[in-house]
Amino acid sequence: MELNSRIPSGPIERLWDETRFNMKLVNPANKRRHSLIVVGSGLAGASAAATLGELGYNVKCFCFQDSPRRAHSIAAQGGINAAKNYQNDGDSIYRLFYDTVKGGDFRAREANVYRLAQISVSIIDQCVAQGVPFAREYGGTLTNRSFGGAQVSRTFYARGQTGQQLLLGAYQALERQVQAGSVAMYPRTEMLDLIVIDGRARGIVTRNLVTGEIDTHLGDAVILGTGGYGNVFYLSTNAKGSNVTASWRAHKRGALFANPCFTQIHPTCIPVSGDYQSKLTLMSESLRNDGRIWVPKQKGDTRPPDRIPESERDYYLERRYPSFGNLVPRDVASRNAKYACDEGRGVGETGLGVYLDFADSIRRLGRKTIEERYGNLFDMYERITGEDPYAVPMRIYPAIHYTMGGLWVDYHLMSSIPGLFVIGEANFSDHGANRLGASALMQGLSDGYFIVPYTVGDYLASNKLEKISESQSEVGNAVALVEQMTQKLLAIDGKRTVDSFHRQLGKIVWDYCGMSRTAGGLRLAIEQIRELREEFWNNLRVPGSAADFNQSLEKAGRVADFFELAELMCVDALERNESCGGHFREEYQTAEGEAQRDDDNYSYVAAWEYRGYGSPEELVKELLEFQYVHPSQRSYK
Amino acid sequence: MRLKLKIWRQQSRSAAGKFVSYPMDDANPDMSMLECLDVLNERLIEAGEDPVAFEHDCREGICGSCGFMINGVAHGPLPATTVCQLTLRHFKEGQELVLEPWRARAFPLIKDLVVDRRSFDRIISSGGYVSVSTGSAPDGNAILVSKESADRAMDAAACIGCGACVAACPNASAALFTGAKIAHLGILPQGKPERDVRALRMVAQMNAEGFGGCTNIGECTGVCPKEIPLEVIAAMNRDYIRGSWRERDNLVTTIRPFTEWSTGSKLKVDRATE
Amino acid sequence: MATTVLGARDVRPARFWASTNGKKAVMAVTGAILFLFVIGHMLGNLQIFEGPEKLNDYGHFLHSVPEILWAVRSVLIVSVVLHIWASVQLAVRKTKARPVGYSHRDNIASSYASRTMYWSGPILLAFVIYHLLHLTAGVIQPGGEFVPADVYHNVVAGFQVWYVSAWYVFSMVLLAFHIRHGAWSMFQSVGFNHPRHTPILKKGALALAILIAAGYISVPVSVMLGVVK
Repeated sequence: MELNSRIPSGPIERLWDETRFNMKLVNPANKRRHSLIVVGSGLAGASAAATLGELGYNVKCFCFQDSPRRAHSIAAQGGINAAKNYQNDGDSIYRLFYDTVKGGDFRAREANVYRLAQISVSIIDQCVAQGVPFAREYGGTLTNRSFGGAQVSRTFYARGQTGQQLLLGAYQALERQVQAGSVAMYPRTEMLDLIVIDGRARGIVTRNLVTGEIDTHLGDAVILGTGGYGNVFYLSTNAKGSNVTASWRAHKRGALFANPCFTQIHPTCIPVSGDYQSKLTLMSESLRNDGRIWVPKQKGDTRPPDRIPESERDYYLERRYPSFGNLVPRDVASRNAKYACDEGRGVGETGLGVYLDFADSIRRLGRKTIEERYGNLFDMYERITGEDPYAVPMRIYPAIHYTMGGLWVDYHLMSSIPGLFVIGEANFSDHGANRLGASALMQGLSDGYFIVPYTVGDYLASNKLEKISESQSEVGNAVALVEQMTQKLLAIDGKRTVDSFHRQLGKIVWDYCGMSRTAGGLRLAIEQIRELREEFWNNLRVPGSAADFNQSLEKAGRVADFFELAELMCVDALERNESCGGHFREEYQTAEGEAQRDDDNYSYVAAWEYRGYGSPEELVKELLEFQYVHPSQRSYK
Repeated sequence: MRLKLKIWRQQSRSAAGKFVSYPMDDANPDMSMLECLDVLNERLIEAGEDPVAFEHDCREGICGSCGFMINGVAHGPLPATTVCQLTLRHFKEGQELVLEPWRARAFPLIKDLVVDRRSFDRIISSGGYVSVSTGSAPDGNAILVSKESADRAMDAAACIGCGACVAACPNASAALFTGAKIAHLGILPQGKPERDVRALRMVAQMNAEGFGGCTNIGECTGVCPKEIPLEVIAAMNRDYIRGSWRERDNLVTTIRPFTEWSTGSKLKVDRATE
Repeated sequence: MATTVLGARDVRPARFWASTNGKKAVMAVTGAILFLFVIGHMLGNLQIFEGPEKLNDYGHFLHSVPEILWAVRSVLIVSVVLHIWASVQLAVRKTKARPVGYSHRDNIASSYASRTMYWSGPILLAFVIYHLLHLTAGVIQPGGEFVPADVYHNVVAGFQVWYVSAWYVFSMVLLAFHIRHGAWSMFQSVGFNHPRHTPILKKGALALAILIAAGYISVPVSVMLGVVK
């Protein structure tokens, strides 16, 4: 398969303008006749559905949650970047573009990232107008903070609930269109297959999660904003319901899946406390501004932290990275925590944790200042762990947080199946091998509010779409496939629960395709995944029936897809013989133990094509060219 | 630790429900309430029984999916905490925990501890937004907003829509939820142009949904995981009275409440396969 | 989505009244009127301590211009009717709003008074009816013959009967509860709540509730103790 990324040529700052000008427009009178399907109601999905509704299209929007407002975008804490330069500290569109390409370790498309930086400015305006209560200065202007090691203050925020407020803004815009009749909302409805007719995405098959009814919805284009696949690790900071099913089933229908091994680990999460653990809770990275990270120098030192004298503590980040210290980027901080624990120096009952100590800061700044800065986070930590972080050091451990990989899309955010658009975390486009803090919200809204509404219009206006009907064989086949799979899952009637398989799968992926990877480990993982998948299909027990509210059945379908994705992740990680961003292969590191990129051989997007169940997927490469930001080695020494 | 869970089991809205007791002899004090249910469900499935249905998603207290009554208190005994972040160490050894779903006519039961809260979406849909289409916004700093207003708006906007306020209210009123949105948008200059009509429409929808009337009791704010203050209900009352007085065009629409989930699909599970 | 459009023929006051918020606003205003009456009435009652002449003169003064008397009475009657009507409708709504009740529900944030408004209200109504029959119309004569112009006599004779006094004291305690919630809640219902002022209102409501109840109760207690004869 040939990939055409449809990136126009010309000076980068004019690309998006020219693309828009060259787009065909849909006659306003005809918009109503086009029905569009949006799957997912997070920042990307809700903003796209709302905007397309405003433009006059006939939109159907689907989410598996009970309300579109529950989408996991809601949990983003930190903020959203925009190149407004309100602080007059030297920020610009070009600088945001530069930082994002560099932060992504040179594995993102320059044209996409530049457009993202351009649009970032309008996103803030739009959200403010919707009534998002961003933090303000006393004078009434918007305030900013610097985030994730950026040297300019370009992050806009609403307390520690920026994601919530932006999502509610998009949700409200969506509900406005629901009331206006331009968007029909389908909550508790899960997409289980994509309907492809004559090579074009023309609809979806859904399951009503309350009644179990299988339905088909046909339209002129399908837009997926279904989020990332971090839950393949079982334990992640994602919501329990977050899943890859919509993306994966589209992949099986022909949409290429790009860079699945690019996953991001967040260094400051609350550690696992036991086998029953169902998810990991993230705490804002800002904690590293004032906390010092350490582990005991001695292996297996079980003394309580206050009994370990200063001389027997290893402040390993400060030791190894004297200039950045505790503020090294996410991947570096995470990896070093893993090494410390692998050496047997981890703390806490499970040995999977390192201390984040505020004692020095409290002594230096006073408890009150620390309380003002991190009060909420300290409260949350105490609520979950039962320990008072003012008195004893916090314990933290890295957790999977975001997935940069996703369905491959071109500059128009259209996948390799014409008519299937993919937006937000579900696509692979803008973050390369590593996402910078406060960029996820920016990308979701940029795709949903400002990109896909144009590109979908262009697609509709430039292609003659045949009339289709429910009676076509492609529709029937897709429904039959979904029903077969449902029946198959219910019929196994084995002994083990879905969660037990998912937990075991997650452990394999985390151990071998997590923070650091080796060729040997990945091969082993692929073997183990296949074995476990075999057992899954023979020994799974899903209680209940397909005809009612059945949470186990929902999970079973999702985990079945995670199995297939997990294997592809390992295959992708094995194929990429370099270390870059969130992908760290132990074989490829510098003498100092830092990631070593191989730009000569791996400066490409690895897009994978599905070749049928059990057959190896085929790699299609999209070569990356860097005309503006030239690849360089990151250094935080 | 040992706990005894007494959980409301009900197969569907039309079925009869009852409490069923489940002993949990090896609960871990560090578990969250929901993880305790996870463990119970694993056991039920292995024993061939139907697991307890409960709503959950983010498990970090922000999505608003989870929530049920624990011993008569919405989200359980810990203030400002949803059940997903409520750890078992807050209960006593051997304690009996009675788990019951939110009960309100406007929250029809779906299964066990899961209820249908689409009435909340319809309240938002009826006017809980600023009518600004994508692209038409002025620069973010074009309209100044005092820090105090932004902070107050944020206090109200923190609502997660979990429904605990309705569940705890002796009247089953949705005043705190509706008031929070009316206050959030009414405080900000961006929301001012629609202030009157928003209050009129949202209140009309809230009433149409069959929630009870607010009698200023204050249980709602006591159980609210985000501690939304009672002040927002006063803001709603003020805007409603103001709007009723100033209204000219007399165009208040409400959305007809519906509780049906079935799409009337003609596609059956037994459809022939090719 | 199915929507109902209320047309221009829809009567606005009726719609206001139909909403729960409108009813509470009406209850707040009528409650305020009744609250003021309760204060005025209590101040009038306290004149009993200045002797029979003073009290009887006051009673006579109130009846001196029948037009004013009936105007005031009309306002009070309308207030009582609206106040009760709205509360009955809200109570009906309350039962409908939760068709299946909880096995058990704890209260963690509300005052006893706020939760018992639906109780204290009807009992107070019963008391008011009794009270009017006793001391205004003279239909019930528990303490001997009712003398229309001799308020002082009627009061003293009535309160010398222990159960009349007990019923009165009990009702006034309920009145205190009713006021303790109602006197601040009415501000909330018409849209006033401020983090600085509302706590003061709440404290003021409690203080006034105690003062009012004490003022009223002082009369039967004094009669029973023989201080007022």
